[in-house]
Amino acid sequence: MAAEGGGFRYIAHKRRAREHRRFLAGAGRFAADYTLPGMLHVALVASPYPQARLKRIDAASALAVPGVRAVITGEDIARATDPLMSGLDLPKMLRYPLAVGHARYAGEWVAAVVAESRAVAEDAAELVEVDYEPLPHVVDPEAALAAGAPLVHVPLGTNLLYRRHFVWGPVEADFAAAPRRIAYRARWHRSATVPIETFGVLAQWDPAARLLDVWASIQMPKFPEQLARALRLPGNAVRTHFDVDVGGSYGGKRGLKHSVLAGHLARRLNAPVRLIEDRLENLRGGDAHGPDRIFDVEMAFDDDGVVRAMKMRAIDDVGAYAGRAPFQLGKPIGAIVGPYRIKSVSYEPISVATNKTPEEAVRGFGQAPTNFAIETGMDLIARKLGLDRVVLRRRNLIRHDEFPYAIPSGSTYDSGDYHAVLDKALATADWDALVRRRDAARAAGRLAGIGVSCCLEPSGGNSAFEPLFNPKNETTTWMEGCQVKVDLTGAIVAAMGTTSAGQGHETLVSTVIGEILERDPDTVRVVRSDSLAALPSNSPVGSRMAIMLGAAAAEAARKLKAMIVAIAAHNLGIGADALVYRGGDVLVAADAARRLTWAEIVEIAHRKFHLLPPGTEPGLQALHVAEVPNGGTLPTADGRVPMYPCFAFEAHVVYAEIDRVTGQTRLGTYVCGHDCGVMINPDIVHGMTYGGIAHGIGAALYERFLYDANGQLVSGSFMDYLLPSAHEVPDITIVDHCTPSPLTTFGQKGSGEAGYLGAPAAVASAVNDALAPLGLHLAALPMTPAAVGELLAAKDEEEA
Amino acid sequence: MSQHEITLTVNGTARRATVPARQTLVDFLRDTLRLTGTHVGCEHGVCGACSVLLDGKPVRSCLIFAVQAEGAAVVTVEGLAPDPEGLSVLQDSFWEMHGLQCGYCTPGMLIAAHALLQQTLEPSEAEIREAIGGNLCRCTGYKPIVEAIALAARRLRGANVPEGRDGG
Amino acid sequence: MKAADFDYECPASIDAVCGRLAEAAGEAKIIAGGQTLVPLMAMRLARPALLLDINRIAALHGIADAGDHVVVRAATRQAAALAHETVRARVPLLAKALGFVGHVQTRNRGTIGGSLAHADPAAEIVLAALALDAEIEARSVSGTRTMALAGFVTGPMETVLAPAECMTAIRFPVWRDAGALGTGFQEVSIRQSDFALAAAAAQVVLDQAGVCRRAAVAVGGADATPTRMADAEARLIGTRLDDDDIAAAASLARAALAPLADLHASPLYRRRVAGALVARALAEAKGEAVRGKG
Repeated sequence: MAAEGGGFRYIAHKRRAREHRRFLAGAGRFAADYTLPGMLHVALVASPYPQARLKRIDAASALAVPGVRAVITGEDIARATDPLMSGLDLPKMLRYPLAVGHARYAGEWVAAVVAESRAVAEDAAELVEVDYEPLPHVVDPEAALAAGAPLVHVPLGTNLLYRRHFVWGPVEADFAAAPRRIAYRARWHRSATVPIETFGVLAQWDPAARLLDVWASIQMPKFPEQLARALRLPGNAVRTHFDVDVGGSYGGKRGLKHSVLAGHLARRLNAPVRLIEDRLENLRGGDAHGPDRIFDVEMAFDDDGVVRAMKMRAIDDVGAYAGRAPFQLGKPIGAIVGPYRIKSVSYEPISVATNKTPEEAVRGFGQAPTNFAIETGMDLIARKLGLDRVVLRRRNLIRHDEFPYAIPSGSTYDSGDYHAVLDKALATADWDALVRRRDAARAAGRLAGIGVSCCLEPSGGNSAFEPLFNPKNETTTWMEGCQVKVDLTGAIVAAMGTTSAGQGHETLVSTVIGEILERDPDTVRVVRSDSLAALPSNSPVGSRMAIMLGAAAAEAARKLKAMIVAIAAHNLGIGADALVYRGGDVLVAADAARRLTWAEIVEIAHRKFHLLPPGTEPGLQALHVAEVPNGGTLPTADGRVPMYPCFAFEAHVVYAEIDRVTGQTRLGTYVCGHDCGVMINPDIVHGMTYGGIAHGIGAALYERFLYDANGQLVSGSFMDYLLPSAHEVPDITIVDHCTPSPLTTFGQKGSGEAGYLGAPAAVASAVNDALAPLGLHLAALPMTPAAVGELLAAKDEEEA
Repeated sequence: MSQHEITLTVNGTARRATVPARQTLVDFLRDTLRLTGTHVGCEHGVCGACSVLLDGKPVRSCLIFAVQAEGAAVVTVEGLAPDPEGLSVLQDSFWEMHGLQCGYCTPGMLIAAHALLQQTLEPSEAEIREAIGGNLCRCTGYKPIVEAIALAARRLRGANVPEGRDGG
Repeated sequence: MKAADFDYECPASIDAVCGRLAEAAGEAKIIAGGQTLVPLMAMRLARPALLLDINRIAALHGIADAGDHVVVRAATRQAAALAHETVRARVPLLAKALGFVGHVQTRNRGTIGGSLAHADPAAEIVLAALALDAEIEARSVSGTRTMALAGFVTGPMETVLAPAECMTAIRFPVWRDAGALGTGFQEVSIRQSDFALAAAAAQVVLDQAGVCRRAAVAVGGADATPTRMADAEARLIGTRLDDDDIAAAASLARAALAPLADLHASPLYRRRVAGALVARALAEAKGEAVRGKG
């Protein structure tokens, strides 16, 4: 990494996140903290069946409960709103906030009760009588693809929502020419982001202004537009407030159906309506499950372990409805070979519907499961050849002198030095000592292993998977805006146009602006516009904000700086190139006594039009809307397209011991080598990486949305869906490296999804290393104590 | 069905209200007293976001009915700071060590940590993790929180050291 | 997840509680710590019409050393019991088990009696009480009765406690045998502090020659109810608790179990793990006795 701070004044230095202050005081403003006079509350009636016709809904008893204002059903909603969009071209897959005549998963909302309190709404919800006619259902994705499977959407005629076979490069020839190959299945069972705050929305309709105000716990691109469209309102009739604090999201807080419901009810009842999911609704009916993947992979490789080609088939079970979730099969195309020099790839993504809760975005948007699938292969190859797993990876990693590196599927990795990061991780973890520790444990009869993973974190959030999977969607713009102004008092205000869920965007923006304008970031106020006032934004997804909001803020600040210099040049009667900008003042380079101060320039800009350069707008403000650095291009006929612009890299090393009988895994030393280019705020980056690793440990060992054969979600509360606590997450050491991106303002790459993208693979690698001496291998996550324990028990039986 | 008049102390202030029997303490604090710093995460006693001090001890306020808190002294996150403009040593330590991100679990974490530091100013890492073991966080991976609490403990340990001790 | 409505009362005495329970004819429930009951109410799986709060009845709190047993009043907080010198010194197995119960926040409210009354198959307090042959005292308008732990739990979350009964105290026998006492408590949970997939409690006394004179072994979480392992105990008496004695005891324990299946673990897993935990608990107890720490 460049010298501490890398020559920056504020960027890359430790700085407290300013937004933390209000959270520490208990003064955050989360969705459930907002109240309005006359506010009504919503509770939901959910289908107990995984598939059923709704024959009759009788709300008479419910409506008779004092305090109940309304009960609405899917029929009402379908009349008054437009269906929620799917990213795929599936016009016959209709989706509304409430089931319309047909429930497609256990937990799907079939009616909404509105009352003066949530408790009364729940009382009434119990009294809504629904006649269900249960229908055959299917919960296994492969069964759903088989002929004769019950259909989730009869009008579609199939449960197959998307399938394509991409071939990039001479895959068959490369396989034929390679001396060896392996084939394996890797299973990533269903888990999700599950923030501690559930989704919530408050909507209020002003009939006089014909304006719907919405406060919601969202992290979603184009939320205001999609909400307006569904409600059949023009975009400028919906004002989404971005200053709602979001209690964690990591991809999942889309909440479109909740918001359409609340918005519709607010208009219909002419009262503010608030819908806060309780935890049971959230886990079962919130439509925020995550990837549920079956990977079938083949790798062709040489005797020295160099991988020539890969074939990957990925089935993803999106549940009963598909919003953007199928795109989670598309985004990993942008890093389909991982950090390795694999020359040809075939990739067959298959999106399938089943009668389960719908899937939504999860941190990494499909990259974490894909990384797990690739790394599983690398470890298997090492095992097969009797090669050290680190040595094998070294042979396959793209070298630092090969960047920018074009991968077969059309993306180009911008920069990196994967070997250096891996070396740092190994050194920090003291690999040799870990091996000795492991071997000593094994000699004492214990199961011990070290896991290693090398994974990419694509960042910058281009949505090229949209036109790739749906040619009717020609979206190539993925922008972010920022506006900066200096007011008459000389104070700086920046406006950003999206919500935050802990990523420290206010700190990001003020640091960037402070850096460019050479003003203390603490003096920069950052406000969040609402959707009417805001510049375009695509929200914090795809690890894009450091790159995109950073670019927009920096460019706006640069424009401001240029205006300041221009005003000074005009008033000092000297060319701009003879001037020096210093801390907001502008001096004549050759004669520092000749200068204009910040205050003087501000005064001229705001008050002294006669002193402005001709043609200059009065005031001191600038805005910039940035596009993704690698621009927007549409896919080629064979499905090649540059996806994300920047690629961060992580190398994980983790020590684990497994209890031979109970199958419990205990993680010890955990080191993550991380390179995301320049870190605008190191604490923010590290923080998200620690959190990502914790989340990854959850996916690897504890978390699963488990369905029984009756289509019931059996892990539907926090007693059974198990998030890691402080006992399950070990101490983590991050060792940083910096290969700046050539594409971004300061060399920063994104890192919001860091840690999660490599941790599941690393933990799986450790577990399998521990099981290796017994000749055992697990390729399904989560690796729960029972899963590991049963494998060990079977082995003992076999040997007995 | 049943309404009850209760009197209790919240953050040092006596409060009186009439509550339905089924209203939980967390809902009472948030909805009736408008102290929204305490958060709801699960309503079944697992996540810890609702933690408050009840007569000095950390409890899950989603598992207590407000009527049960009659006569009790409750402290919420809003009662931890020395004044509206300030932060306690513990809160400031969280800020310094980046011991939060989205802020949703933070009030519960602060309450749990505060209770620990009332018991000991020399907690081991294991004791810290045990103290927050019943508070789930999805953002931080816990390490920065553990470091924040350790920093607060160090700072509080040194708080009563007479000036001049360090040679200044 | 708001509870269905209910009436709430704070009877001033145990007799008042019993009176109201009798009048309510099954529609009333006692609330003590609420750590198990309130989640059930929030999920509307429990909907008592009347809640009787016993937390303020002084006679239901406290721990007393009664010589050959320790009396724990039913509404005594788990945290208070865990910290109590009498419990640590005289009923160390209970103190050890309490360390595995929930979290700081739940132990500050949860009670000893509450855990027993709910009888979750994985409840550590129930298991320790069973291992120790504790007795439960309960009162109703018909009078007081004492029940042995053996037979108290009749199924998952089911006990012989009648709807009109209020548990008043639990008597934990104190082992005063000559020799060295050792205790062991082992459990497997997915995460630390989760409900145990299986748990084993053991208490032994070794004489000066290191020979086991008394043993109690119980397994929880691996069957419909927590179970005393009488055959395993018998196998251990007179031995020095060597590895093969312990292994034999574990094997007998495994054979005595009919484990449950749920989403977290299969019967095969539970049986195998229960056996291993019995062995580990016995090894732990032996180690303590040998070191003289019991």
